[in-house]
Amino acid sequence: MSSVSLLILGDGRFPSGGHAHSGGAEAAIAAGRVHDTATLEDFCRGRLATTGLVAASLAAAAATGYDPLLLDAAADARTPSPALRRVARKLGRQLMRAVRTTWPDPELDRLAAALPAGAHQPIVMGLAARAAGLTPHDAARAAAYDSVSGPVTAAIRLLGLDPFEATAVTARLTGDMENVAGEAAGHAARLPADGVDALPAASAPLLDITAEQHAAWPVRLFAS
Amino acid sequence: MTTAPPTAKAAQTPYTLNATARITAEAADGATDLPLLHSDGPFSFRRLRPYGSQAHICILNTMSAPHNGDRLNTEVIVGPGADLHVTSAAATVALPGPVPRHAALGVNLRVADHARLRWLPEPVISAAGSDLRQHIRIDLAPTARLVLSEQQILGRAHEPSGRLTSRITVRHGGRTLLDQHSAYGPGLPGWDGPAVLAGNHAVGQLLVIDPAYRDPQPDTQILDDIPVRAHGVITPLAGPGVLLTAVAPDAGDLQRCLDAAFAHLGLPNG
Repeated sequence: MSSVSLLILGDGRFPSGGHAHSGGAEAAIAAGRVHDTATLEDFCRGRLATTGLVAASLAAAAATGYDPLLLDAAADARTPSPALRRVARKLGRQLMRAVRTTWPDPELDRLAAALPAGAHQPIVMGLAARAAGLTPHDAARAAAYDSVSGPVTAAIRLLGLDPFEATAVTARLTGDMENVAGEAAGHAARLPADGVDALPAASAPLLDITAEQHAAWPVRLFAS
Repeated sequence: MTTAPPTAKAAQTPYTLNATARITAEAADGATDLPLLHSDGPFSFRRLRPYGSQAHICILNTMSAPHNGDRLNTEVIVGPGADLHVTSAAATVALPGPVPRHAALGVNLRVADHARLRWLPEPVISAAGSDLRQHIRIDLAPTARLVLSEQQILGRAHEPSGRLTSRITVRHGGRTLLDQHSAYGPGLPGWDGPAVLAGNHAVGQLLVIDPAYRDPQPDTQILDDIPVRAHGVITPLAGPGVLLTAVAPDAGDLQRCLDAAFAHLGLPNG
């Protein structure tokens, strides 16, 4: 196991197609709810505590070797927005392509064969972490970081934010990300006893609503 | 209903209310019978006039509850082919209390094959200083039908919100169809920010499960005939159901979102 593997998995330049997605930031910016670094930080804090926690828990759970198909069904149940289910599967499919070459592993091949349209992205991330020799806690860290870094990177482009100030937003959320990753790892460790229904299901109404509104836009810069 | 006995431990927890109210509905000769109608704690059940084969119960909240520390449950069983409509006469106001512990409100709804439940209570209002954790567990047989609304108002007029969490878990034919957990109020990260509520303090859901939604799956409907400051969208779940998710600045605008959703879905309101 190497911490460098975690850096590779979390790197924004990892060729997983995530750069085309804003994590709901484009819709929030268009509505005027996110307009500077302070509101961006608030957006990211709320996203991290809700869908970020769910993603981190699913990633950590997949990294323990738990049945990814059961986790995929749990992800569906936690995603009432069909636009977000489509995005999660598309991102999962793209990440799968990248990680099967980066860290070849028969578990990845089996999941890709079972769900050719793509598994939910956090589950692929968890299996990728497992294939890279990382821990479930590391998988949760990668997913938590992903839930923040996506909107921050998008906001730099959409709002023309100072990249230094935007990166400082990510840095200020380090403690929140560690807390979420720790909580997610705890849930994953209790999974054999508690079952998937005990995994977090934290929801953010505006992310669900605006994902559907955004998907209906005729022209947009980001896919989600 | 039981009140904690005055033991030594009760010195720290002077008063908590534990109550479990129960309803059982059964189909009988083109009507729905209610062989068990057990009011308990704050929940007092009143039979209203049936509508065709549908029985109608109204829940009266006859006490000031829940206060922090209370443990309240409602258990509903709708038997095969039965048809039950449940409403409430007033909002449930979650209130602070002398016990430094959250209140818990559990709702367990079980609906058998070819049975129907309409569960349309008035909102839960989270008063400042209150701490309520709600869990709605729904277990539906494959051909059961459900219409359920949930409305949360965060703070009475001109006061901050208390803390209100609500988990809704829907099992349908043995698999989990929907699992959502909302958590709002002081101390929770980002709850009032631009990703979650953005200052909207009225949140609602309307959940409709019906085998008819399996094929074809309905399209997403973005509600546009609602107040300008409110947002609502009806989405198809990953199974035979649809969910309205709505946020609004206040209870009145939220009610108009639910009214619009009932109309879009072609369902009778109330």
